[in-house]
Amino acid sequence: MAQHHDTHASHGADAHESHGSLKSYVLGFVLSLILTAIPLILVLNDIVTGNAADVVLLATAVLQFVVQLFFFMHLKEEKKPRYNLMVLLLGLVIVLTIVAGSIWIMKYNMVAH
Amino acid sequence: MAHVAANQSSHDHDHGHDGHHDLEALRTMGFWIFIITDCIIFGTLFATYAVLMNSTAGGPTASELFEMPGVIAETFILLTSSFTSGLAVLSMNRGDKKGLIGWLIVTALLGASFITLEVTEFLKMVDEGAKISTSAFLSAFYTLVGTHGLHVSIGLIWMVALMLQVAKRGITPVTKRKIGNISLYWHFLDVVWIFVFTIVYMMGVR
Amino acid sequence: MKITKLSDFFVTGDPLIYGADVAIGLTMVAIVVALTAFKRWGWLWREWLTTVDHKRIGIMYVIASLLMLFRGGVDALLMRTQLALPDSMEFLKPDHYNDIFTTHGVIMILFMAMPLMFGLFNLTVPLQIGARDVAFPLLNSLSFWLFFMGAMLFNVSFVIGGSPEAGWLAYPPLSEKMFSPGVGQDFYIWGIQISGIGSLMTGINFIVTILKMRAPGMKLMKMPMFTWSVLSSCLTIILAFPILTVTLALLFIDRYFGAHFFTLDMGGNPMMYINLIWMWGHPEVYIVVLPAFGIFSEIVATFSKKRLFGYGSMVFALMSISIFSFFTWAHHFFTMGSGANVNAFFAVTTMIIAIPTGVKIFNWLFTMYKGKITFELPMLWTMAFIPCFIVGGMTGVMLSVAPADFQFHNSYFLIAHFHQVLIGGVVFGYFAGLYYWWPKVFGFKLNEKLGRWAFWLWNIGFYVCFMPQYVLGLMGMTRRVSSYSWDTGWWSWNFVSTIGGFLMGIGFLFQVWQILHSIKFMERVKGDPWGGRTLEWSIPSPAPFYNFTITPKVEGRDDWWRRKELAAQGVQDPPPKYEPIHMPKNSGTPIVMSVFWFILGFGFVFDWLWLIVPGAIGIAATMLYHSFNYDTDYYVTAEEVRKTEAKAGRVV
Repeated sequence: MAQHHDTHASHGADAHESHGSLKSYVLGFVLSLILTAIPLILVLNDIVTGNAADVVLLATAVLQFVVQLFFFMHLKEEKKPRYNLMVLLLGLVIVLTIVAGSIWIMKYNMVAH
Repeated sequence: MAHVAANQSSHDHDHGHDGHHDLEALRTMGFWIFIITDCIIFGTLFATYAVLMNSTAGGPTASELFEMPGVIAETFILLTSSFTSGLAVLSMNRGDKKGLIGWLIVTALLGASFITLEVTEFLKMVDEGAKISTSAFLSAFYTLVGTHGLHVSIGLIWMVALMLQVAKRGITPVTKRKIGNISLYWHFLDVVWIFVFTIVYMMGVR
Repeated sequence: MKITKLSDFFVTGDPLIYGADVAIGLTMVAIVVALTAFKRWGWLWREWLTTVDHKRIGIMYVIASLLMLFRGGVDALLMRTQLALPDSMEFLKPDHYNDIFTTHGVIMILFMAMPLMFGLFNLTVPLQIGARDVAFPLLNSLSFWLFFMGAMLFNVSFVIGGSPEAGWLAYPPLSEKMFSPGVGQDFYIWGIQISGIGSLMTGINFIVTILKMRAPGMKLMKMPMFTWSVLSSCLTIILAFPILTVTLALLFIDRYFGAHFFTLDMGGNPMMYINLIWMWGHPEVYIVVLPAFGIFSEIVATFSKKRLFGYGSMVFALMSISIFSFFTWAHHFFTMGSGANVNAFFAVTTMIIAIPTGVKIFNWLFTMYKGKITFELPMLWTMAFIPCFIVGGMTGVMLSVAPADFQFHNSYFLIAHFHQVLIGGVVFGYFAGLYYWWPKVFGFKLNEKLGRWAFWLWNIGFYVCFMPQYVLGLMGMTRRVSSYSWDTGWWSWNFVSTIGGFLMGIGFLFQVWQILHSIKFMERVKGDPWGGRTLEWSIPSPAPFYNFTITPKVEGRDDWWRRKELAAQGVQDPPPKYEPIHMPKNSGTPIVMSVFWFILGFGFVFDWLWLIVPGAIGIAATMLYHSFNYDTDYYVTAEEVRKTEAKAGRVV
């Protein structure tokens, strides 16, 4: 069985070796910390309020999502064809549809408050 | 066995990338698709929360209920654990088994403290009379945040199982794939938490 | 739930159900006796229950789904019998009628159509793409056993605890604890939930299989059309089934923990359930119909002896439907009152999705144009499908007109419409696929003459049954009523419809007879009985357990047809050089884990902690056992391959 695993080792190495460096992880971590701190400071201290606060909150959340995708999950390093990226984008479209569609449809249907 | 293995590797090269199926790569891809389905699970829970978050039925509202210091601590703990799970993968790629297990332990401890804080928070809220049956808002809240917590808890058990496997078998293509997957899972849970933090807590208290 | 007397646990009081109790008991005793008498327990365990071979899993799916077709069909005939008797003539009591329309719907969609579809995936896809198995054979087995245990959990409600009775989609508030206090609704939730997890995993499994395990040279645009349809269906599965999982989980949390997602009080909103369930429910109908489109594409090309017309547009149509199906869900509840904007949007998207479907119909017609068509059973069912589906599709477009829908909604017009697309599209399609691939799976053909009897009974029965229902719908008959009075004028139409239902039932009996007859007078066939075009016909029937002795090298679409043409010109394949084959080992983990899921589900249904806890521990333990098990595969040596081939008389 050992040999069997060895034959796979070469493949495994090809697929995983390039995944991330200390630099990318540290950079990702620092960016995430900053992107978490921004809304905390701005919104909890009422520096931005109302709709602007919602925009800041959602924007920093989405940015942090993107940062983690690239620096932690190494999405950029996927080889072509980029099936993982395609499935991810498809999934996000459906998630957005579920959330936005539900809010839109249900806005008129609040039976009880 | 050696004979078979030698044969097998020449066989691989003949077929090139399309024909030969690197099992571990297949499994990684399958796991990625599983993560996408999990994304949709959370998406549906977020949609439900968004629709029901103002249906408090006279019960406590988000801004009355949430206490931010604990939540902020949870957020930074989980973010750090996401980073340390990445460091575990880096150690693994260097072939450093001790470093790998060490960083996994750090990650798991951070995860466990996250869960402890969350459970404490829930217990306190229930104590104040904000139960899952109090209002539609609280049903949606406990379900969304609780599902995330359940994911983290399952991840912890899985992580311990993987530490044992790495300790026993070392860094092989199979354990490598498994560690890669759990770290992906962990990053994913951190991303979900970012949205829980933003949509449930920050938008709730502001 | 606290059980104080026998009738708290067993369903009592109805002679029909006592009869069923006896029948179930006798069947189980007979199976146990037969297995013991013929000393087949070990064989059953080794060869079937623990198998990870996609072909055997496929056969088990087909058997299970045909059993479910029988039960769902009996439910249908019971309903039709009741509806042939107006006024206060009571064949079924109203609450029993509620049970039956609920279980009929759930079983036909989730425990008949879905597993039959998965059966066809398993029997065909790896062979079509030149693979030795699916990407995750053990997961495949787990998917099957989860489906099976889920189906059993659902079906057991018939004799234990009582059936669900809130309709096949269990709309709240009716399905909430307040209005459905019995355990039937919990059986519904857990039965569907457990099998739904299996469906989700099958979706993942086949996507990876199709994207990553194709034979060398088979580019995506050289894949057989059925494989394309499976890919589109599976994409829809992985995006839609998580929504179902959450929706049912929320209903469960309402019922079990007293939450208020969908209740009428404490801020709950039942409409949210309807919104969520259709976000799964609408894609679901495309999930089951897309593979049928793939089957028809294969059959039309094979029996017209021509390449499929418009391959690219077919691929585009399949893939666009799988995405577009996510943007039409609100047309199931136009009458909910979401305002003109919402209704207009969803009416338009619904009309748009009819276009790619229309494209496919033209592709099939043009494939047949100037072809040398022969009308064996698979082609016969395909020919019946086309007009049937066109009419069903057109009435669908009528329903999509939001203002008109206020008239059609929940009437028999709707019932007739969806039965026409689901029977005319899905059932006819899967029958066609079963007839088409049956010789490949079992190595013998099904009797043609009995098959034609079944075909005509089904088809005539179909129109006799459902055309009157369109009329009834326009006359104002609503769904889910168990009785009506003479002065409605509905009786004659209902009576005709019932006759049609029984004709289809007789058609099913003819199919059973056909199968038994064909087993008895077995007509053996070689690898390629229909003059096929794709790779599955290039290997013997039934396929050896490793499928392909040598991984084929693909150079074109319809590669087997191409190779046959080359052979006709005298180009010989080089003699095979056998190589070791990497195969997965059989495993008992999937069935054991699924049994624990059953125990967990049963425990939650009755709220028995003493079952929930061992169920949950068992699931976790089997998962961990699997994680720690590194001995999952083996090699078949080249020598063994040569011996197997020689024994089957296939060595040159």
